[in-house]
Amino acid sequence: MAGSGFVRRLPDIAIADRQLAGGKGSSLGELTRAGFPVPDGYVVTAPAFEQMLAALGQQASLGEIERLPAGDHAGIERAAASIRRRIENAPLPAGLRTSIADHYRALGGAPVAVRSSATAEDGGEASFAGLQDTYLWTRGPEAVAEHVRKCWASLYSLESVSYRRRIGLPEAGLAMAVVVQRMVDARCAGVMFTRSPTTGDRSVIALEASWGLGSAIVGGAVTPDTYRISKVTGEIVRRQVAVKVRLHRMALGGQGIVEDDVPVNLQAAACLSDEEIRALARLGRHIEDHYGAPQDIEWAIAGDRRAGEGLFLLQSRPETVWAHREPTPLAAPKATPFSHVVELLGKNLPS
Amino acid sequence: MEGNGVTRGFPLPSEIADVPGAEGWRSMYPYFTRFQPEDDQRFWFYNSMHFPEPMPVFDTITAEIPYSAIGANTARIFVFPTTLGIEHRIVNGRVYITAIPVTDPAEIARRAAIFEERAGYYYQNWDRLQSGWKARMESLIREIGAIEVPQLPEFDDPRVVMDATGVAQNHYVRENFHRCIDLFSTMWHHHTEFLMLGYGAYVVFFEFCKKAFPEIGDQMVARMVAGIDVMMYRPDDELRRLAKLAVEWGVDDLFTDDCDPGKVFAALRDRGEPGRRWLAGFEEAREPWFNVSTGDGFYHHHRSWNDDLTVPFAALPRYVALVRAGQEATRPTEALRVERERIAAEYRGLLTSEDERAAFDQMLGLCRLVFPYVEDHKFYCEHWFTTLFFQRIREFGGLLHRAGVLAEDEDIFHLHHTEIDQALSDVMLAWAAGGNALGGRHFQPIVAERKQMLEVLRDWSPPPALGPMPEALNDPAVRMLWGVTAQTLEVWSHASDAAHSREIHGYAASSGVVEGIARVLRDVNEIGQIRAGEILVCPVTAPSWGPVFGKIAATVSDIGGTMSHAAIIAREYGMPAVVGTGQATKRIKTGQRIRVDGDRGIVHILG
Repeated sequence: MAGSGFVRRLPDIAIADRQLAGGKGSSLGELTRAGFPVPDGYVVTAPAFEQMLAALGQQASLGEIERLPAGDHAGIERAAASIRRRIENAPLPAGLRTSIADHYRALGGAPVAVRSSATAEDGGEASFAGLQDTYLWTRGPEAVAEHVRKCWASLYSLESVSYRRRIGLPEAGLAMAVVVQRMVDARCAGVMFTRSPTTGDRSVIALEASWGLGSAIVGGAVTPDTYRISKVTGEIVRRQVAVKVRLHRMALGGQGIVEDDVPVNLQAAACLSDEEIRALARLGRHIEDHYGAPQDIEWAIAGDRRAGEGLFLLQSRPETVWAHREPTPLAAPKATPFSHVVELLGKNLPS
Repeated sequence: MEGNGVTRGFPLPSEIADVPGAEGWRSMYPYFTRFQPEDDQRFWFYNSMHFPEPMPVFDTITAEIPYSAIGANTARIFVFPTTLGIEHRIVNGRVYITAIPVTDPAEIARRAAIFEERAGYYYQNWDRLQSGWKARMESLIREIGAIEVPQLPEFDDPRVVMDATGVAQNHYVRENFHRCIDLFSTMWHHHTEFLMLGYGAYVVFFEFCKKAFPEIGDQMVARMVAGIDVMMYRPDDELRRLAKLAVEWGVDDLFTDDCDPGKVFAALRDRGEPGRRWLAGFEEAREPWFNVSTGDGFYHHHRSWNDDLTVPFAALPRYVALVRAGQEATRPTEALRVERERIAAEYRGLLTSEDERAAFDQMLGLCRLVFPYVEDHKFYCEHWFTTLFFQRIREFGGLLHRAGVLAEDEDIFHLHHTEIDQALSDVMLAWAAGGNALGGRHFQPIVAERKQMLEVLRDWSPPPALGPMPEALNDPAVRMLWGVTAQTLEVWSHASDAAHSREIHGYAASSGVVEGIARVLRDVNEIGQIRAGEILVCPVTAPSWGPVFGKIAATVSDIGGTMSHAAIIAREYGMPAVVGTGQATKRIKTGQRIRVDGDRGIVHILG
């Protein structure tokens, strides 16, 4: 299934392939190759996007966008909307459409998630968190092809363009790959930081979990259960089970998602067992070890699997906030060990 | 509570009212323990860690002499840069303390130069100096154990004549009593000799870990430092060993709940060789390990296991049951050691620079160097020496009782040591003259009144702190031993606001969450009341309550740091503990259902 060369299976992609598979795609490929539990999938690569863009002849309007100030929302929206419209309306080249459909069928024809994977995202400098679109519970080759185009177009959403203008990222050379993966029917899902998001502490894992799809947490629709786990002992050192009122789930009819009420008997219940919490924390540590830096991870637990089997990684990207704080050395060795005592006890300790 | 711009403080010493029925408490204690008007200007906290009960007058010696030794150590011997010594005051029978900080930068610098030289000498020669310390302590213990209380028979010993010593034994009444007091003072100077330097090393490592890992729990830092072969664990380890012997030699049926030690010994003697063997093992364990106190050595009624064998015998049946169930009765010291090293290596690996790792190694290395002393001195000092000391004083009480000055031996503990001096003079004179001691008429009403006042004062709930917020918390012992930090002050200052809430906040000393029935004990002597599965709520959890730790579900204390032995032992037992709540014994009633959250340091009163 070499296809057009524009589509690649996740196991054939590594983290170094960001220009080809985008941030999300290259990271998921890397994790797949390393043996982590990632839902099967493939990537419609950046060259496919570039070919489409070249065919549309959009270079001139990109230059126009680049000259707009970050605060000119009306100007940005005008220029971006026109590009989006043309991308969404342009038919896919026949070869690419066949290749996407073949790969889709190779996944078993099951529902998939169609996820944007920009080449500029998740690079460790800026998160681009939540700026580009994801389409869950997509069924059938036609719908997949349509949502690939929507993902492409989302590179020119108002939020994306404004974000790029704010951080001064050039428009030329940007590209959007698209990840297509088997959908995880999530009983619960969430986010995990392999360092404390609030204090930067690298010895703990911060975990948030809620019922249904992770989009409810990422989108702020729900106050999730929160946990802190010690990386050193694996102990759950803090737990706060929230009342989780809303969830995201598959829409009736099986296409797309809806927000819904959590059944009353589940609202105040913890959505993870201690065993699951520990398994997630172990996974987090392994991924951090694999990448050599603290990670921001999205995960889900499938409801249709046996206990202990349904855990899936949906994303892992470098943690960006604390990583960019200037590290101030906390201490240096001294002439003798007791010189530390002399120094500390030689100054006032405020109450 | 906040945002009104007013600095919060605590009740002033001068605002403390007398307790009806104990208005005469001032007559019990020396003038230098009394709060002065100017003391309202300073921060004080109730030392319920060492003094959870109102003070019998004699027992104030366990404040007077330790503070005389600690302050000398920090202020005068090692010249700690930012702290002098600890002052103490007594109000309504309770001991409040404060450390005097040095805050002037020039003065700190002047002291720091001397401190560096002197403390450096001890840190650099630690092991050698400490082995000298052990030899000196053992000699002090031998001496206090050997002190004789003259019996004052009708005629003096013929040796006074035959050896021509020329000194009658009434002279030795005072000399030997003074020797007891002097040895107690010498012991306390030894107690503090290394201790404050030990806490200094720990504070350094602790503060570094808190900076490097802002969310690290106090107990996790403690776990990297804590000793494994700690003397304070030995008495309990010996009990486990004796339980194993009992099962091995088939005499385990004798160890039942509420068994009487005397009857068990008699039965063992009837069991032939196995019984003899167990008794031999028992005698071997007793010295020195049963010289452990049932409290922590600050009250005369904190007697040793040797003084009262019912305490170790109460724990034996449970250990016997564990051995029978095939469970390892001894502490897995090797596993604990491996786990300690693993934890330290993991935290070290999480540091981000070589410099930090090198500094971490230095700080942890220094802690490991000093910690055997920090953990072991208690056994020598507060337990072994002190229980022997109180035993000697009790014998002087016997002398005063027989001379008619006191109604019973134990009443000696209701006299100050300077008053005992007077009473002994009275007895010495009477024996010499052939007349009667006059002290009965003088002292017996005083003792009766004091005993009654102490009963009344027992029900008084002392505020955790007095006076304004302190400007600095420089004393390493105040921070590490008593656990008084900015966070503690915050908890204490909100204690009164939260008096009606059903949550009590303290420090997470040992993780886990458990629900159960509370048993509030204000006094270690009430320990027999506790039932299996209950949650112990007490002013302070003394380490030698270890044996009951096996049967309770959790522990909650008013005061205490996470380095306290009770916290360490709670972690060993895997039992949730919340310490330093400031008010648990006031807010919780025996029989109430409570939830102890040892992960977050919260106690919830359920009903």
